[in-house]
Amino acid sequence: MKTINEMKCTFPSLSVNEAYARTAVTAFAAQLDLTIEEIADIRTAVSEAVTNAIVHGYRGTTGIIELCVKLLEGNEVYIRIKDSGCGIPDVAQAMEPLYTTAAAEERAGLGFAVMESFMDKLSVKSRVGRGTTVVMRKRLGVTVPV
Amino acid sequence: MLEFQTEEGTLRVLLKGEIDHHSAGQLREQIDCKLDELLPRLLVLDFGGVTFMDSSGIGLVMGRVRQTAAYGGKVEIAVPAGHIRKVMQLSGIDKIARMQAPAAHPAEQKG
Repeated sequence: MKTINEMKCTFPSLSVNEAYARTAVTAFAAQLDLTIEEIADIRTAVSEAVTNAIVHGYRGTTGIIELCVKLLEGNEVYIRIKDSGCGIPDVAQAMEPLYTTAAAEERAGLGFAVMESFMDKLSVKSRVGRGTTVVMRKRLGVTVPV
Repeated sequence: MLEFQTEEGTLRVLLKGEIDHHSAGQLREQIDCKLDELLPRLLVLDFGGVTFMDSSGIGLVMGRVRQTAAYGGKVEIAVPAGHIRKVMQLSGIDKIARMQAPAAHPAEQKG
């Protein structure tokens, strides 16, 4: 699908950047006609993905998180969140609701469930020792004026 | 950010602003400190003043259910309609913490 506009940014895996990431995405996507509910869905999904990169990908270390947002033809938003952290040995297991490896930090194990439920498409690619890439897409209700 | 209200064995916590992984740690510490001090029979977590919440908010509720259960207390959550309720319902947290209507929030009363 044709990309109409695109933004990329990178930031270190500091938890204070969770708010930055979700705000950056919705600020960029604001050029589409988003409903309040769509904005909340996207903000929440981005927050989950970035938190995963910080809590799990770079557990105990600091690394770089790469965020890419594309506005696609057909009123669709594409979001990619990539870390070069430890990777996930079993992606299917990690995506099971309530599965968590950070119970002590009160992580509910619902990050992927939220992303799946609030976005239309979710893909997670991971290699142990190389990192994890999460791609999410959401089709927006209103058509963009050309 | 939070505010405490106490009356007859109930501790009501008015949560405000954005709840994510970054802010949840501090909220958890402040609430648990108050819980240790008061050991309330009922802890009400009021999300009426929360403007954003991801699954970190669910972890916060689950953790407080565990904390209060340890001495025989209970947790209820006050959740406004909209985004916050959507996240709560997705998690099924209302099965372990009864959901009640949020009290009118001080910030909302001003206008």
